[in-house]
Amino acid sequence: MLFPRLLAASFCLFFAAAPAVAGEWRDGGKLLLTGGVTSIEGAAGGGLASWAFIAGNETDAGVGASAHVTQVQLDDFGLTTFGAAVGAFDRVELSYARQRFDTRAAGTALGLGRGYAFSQDVYGAKLRLAGDAVYDQDRLLPQIAIGVQHKRANRGAVIRALGGRSAHGTDFYVAATKVLLARSLVVDATLRLTKANQVGLLGFGGDRHGGYRAQVEGSAGMLLTRRLLVGGEYRSRPNNLRFAREDDAFDLFAAYAVTRNVAVTVAYADLGSIATLKGQRGLYLSLQTSF
Amino acid sequence: MALLILIAAAALAVPLGEEPVHPYVASNANAGATPFAGDTLWRAFHTRAGVDRIVDGMVDRSVADPRIGDIFRNQDLVRLRRTLKEQFCYILGGGCDYTGRTMKAAHKDLGLQTADLGALIENLQAAMRAEGVPFTAQNRLLAKLAPMKREAIER
Repeated sequence: MLFPRLLAASFCLFFAAAPAVAGEWRDGGKLLLTGGVTSIEGAAGGGLASWAFIAGNETDAGVGASAHVTQVQLDDFGLTTFGAAVGAFDRVELSYARQRFDTRAAGTALGLGRGYAFSQDVYGAKLRLAGDAVYDQDRLLPQIAIGVQHKRANRGAVIRALGGRSAHGTDFYVAATKVLLARSLVVDATLRLTKANQVGLLGFGGDRHGGYRAQVEGSAGMLLTRRLLVGGEYRSRPNNLRFAREDDAFDLFAAYAVTRNVAVTVAYADLGSIATLKGQRGLYLSLQTSF
Repeated sequence: MALLILIAAAALAVPLGEEPVHPYVASNANAGATPFAGDTLWRAFHTRAGVDRIVDGMVDRSVADPRIGDIFRNQDLVRLRRTLKEQFCYILGGGCDYTGRTMKAAHKDLGLQTADLGALIENLQAAMRAEGVPFTAQNRLLAKLAPMKREAIER
């Protein structure tokens, strides 16, 4: 996937040219973990939820970036995601993620063939509208951001055969994230308008429901040390396809900042029923570097 | 004799070892935060001696910090240490009065950026860790200091 990388690189160049009027360039400056980690869709967030944080370590005076690779190993499926994000002036985030969903042995049962894989590209953009999750400790106002994620799945024919309406779609979300420093807590609530089946890997819209539906994402984490955040997440999902019920997703996570530039997230995720196979639970492991 | 020294100090109006500053009205309201009720936090910070070590540790680390060391050059570090100790003592419920300037006045013309504050906070965290202040107590103080960003940052 050369094109997205070129896209990310050209965005970097664009922003590198911009701040000549903005004053001195800065290197870093965000506190540990206050850029979040990376969600499976490539946005700065928790693992399941997209948060209002802007990716990278830079503040309002710089442009940062992050890259990640995530592996989710479920009972019958495997999901691999990698991608990168650029965060500019703690205001704008552009992200790309490539997801590969491996049906392993389940592919045979589904009539697709063993090891059949669905893949998807996710192009994301996020804009911070208001608030500062870290510094506004005397205000209730959270950090608020709006975002868009355009997703293009690669198995259009199979998706339509399974009852999906389209192989591509666009999610819209608004996220509110707050660090409650006096209680060492990080909380997020996100409202997402989506048509996606299994976050889009099984297409968009279905034979049960076709249009946009509002879904919620919630995360709560406690900072145990400056480097370690532990918590849980919840994400509701639409149930668009007749052939396979889709459930809400949960995880329990621990995110650890190994250094200023490297974070590791491990989670136990319960994604419920996927493509007729119930109780898909497993380990989530994500490695992220950020600048 | 003590009275004479007191009168002399009042006439000087500049504490020993410090440089004069433009006159201002001293008030605890200048501290930029309200104090914690009770003495739980004050004890978590090991009272006066602990707070003094933390402030000195934070200032020493910041002066030596390549990210922000230049900001402290040609500053009155004697006064900075004294007023910071007063400010922390006041906020932590140690019963001190804060005699320094407002956060806006104290940071005027320093040209500070958000990243400078981030570096300072990291140095404060290191000093609090060295003092053995529990992490949750550290965060309660940081929650009081964080909103001062709006007064301290100029660009």
